[in-house]
Amino acid sequence: MSAVRLYVWQRLTAVLMVPLIAVHLIVIIYATNRGLSAAEILGRTQGSVAWGLFYSLFVAAASIHGAIGVRGVAREWLGWRETALNRLMWIFGVVLLVLGLRAVFAVVVP
Amino acid sequence: MSTTAEATIDVRVWRGGEEGEYQSFAVPRRDSQTVLDVVTWIQRHADPTLAYRFACRVGVCGSCAMTVNGRPRWTCRTHVSKVVEDGRLEIGPLANLPVIRDLAADMTPFFEKWQKAEGTFVPSRTRHEPLESISPESAERQAADAAIECINCGVCYAACDTVRWNPEYFGPAALNRSWSLVNDVRDTANLQRLAAAASNGGCHNCHSHQSCEQLCPKGLNPTASIAGLKRRTMQAYIRGEIA
Repeated sequence: MSAVRLYVWQRLTAVLMVPLIAVHLIVIIYATNRGLSAAEILGRTQGSVAWGLFYSLFVAAASIHGAIGVRGVAREWLGWRETALNRLMWIFGVVLLVLGLRAVFAVVVP
Repeated sequence: MSTTAEATIDVRVWRGGEEGEYQSFAVPRRDSQTVLDVVTWIQRHADPTLAYRFACRVGVCGSCAMTVNGRPRWTCRTHVSKVVEDGRLEIGPLANLPVIRDLAADMTPFFEKWQKAEGTFVPSRTRHEPLESISPESAERQAADAAIECINCGVCYAACDTVRWNPEYFGPAALNRSWSLVNDVRDTANLQRLAAAASNGGCHNCHSHQSCEQLCPKGLNPTASIAGLKRRTMQAYIRGEIA
């Protein structure tokens, strides 16, 4: 995978995550300030298409961004070869995606 | 000259190749003395077998760069008074390059990377055609000029952390050269050059630590050139011109 391709994907997902992270933080602050219980939170997220899409997009962007980042760290610190790096990137990305989507599924699907 | 007869500098100089050790010399302190003066004094008066490299002595040729008290410097234009610490100087060969002997580093990898980065001008006209007229005021020419004063001294290459941990990386000088040519409207090899800049050893390795910019004796900013290459390769990738 060419360096510029990885660069573009990592930068684009970073740009995408800036507003997503802002909303995510506001939601956390709101929920803790209002002292919402787990049941109350689930009451708002379950069945919500908007929250489902929001967090699915967030998970997808974070998985791509993080997987490329981990590939870069392994390249510089471990000196791995191209094939091993790409394998690591895909495995890490898919694991993040599955874990993240599972969490989204748990809070959104009634 | 108002030199105190006893005033000396405690100079430690690298002796040997990759393996070796620092050797101490007491060198007379002079007014307006450069680090190259110090090295030359040692070779002429203390040990004629000391190997080092220089040519012009006035900051034009770029051949006398060495590591001085831990930082790469062009020694002919570096005054002892600016770099001496507690009366001591430690002088070694440039870092990130193989050592030939003593203070002479092997510049081969440095120039090989210029080749890999497509750092050679590929003209659009032959010698039989009239010269292309380029206005020095044009934006393109000014962009090319910003990076053009490089003297190939290797200071940026020796200063670069990324070069140190990634032997594949072309380094600041080669990419700075590439950026100069990318902005040269007379050049015809930009796509190959951008492809090289986007390859594994290319501009995307840069962490923007800016040691190159801080230590470049010509005051150039290779980090900015590399950032320019990142932008230009991204545009070329999005247009589908490079993969």
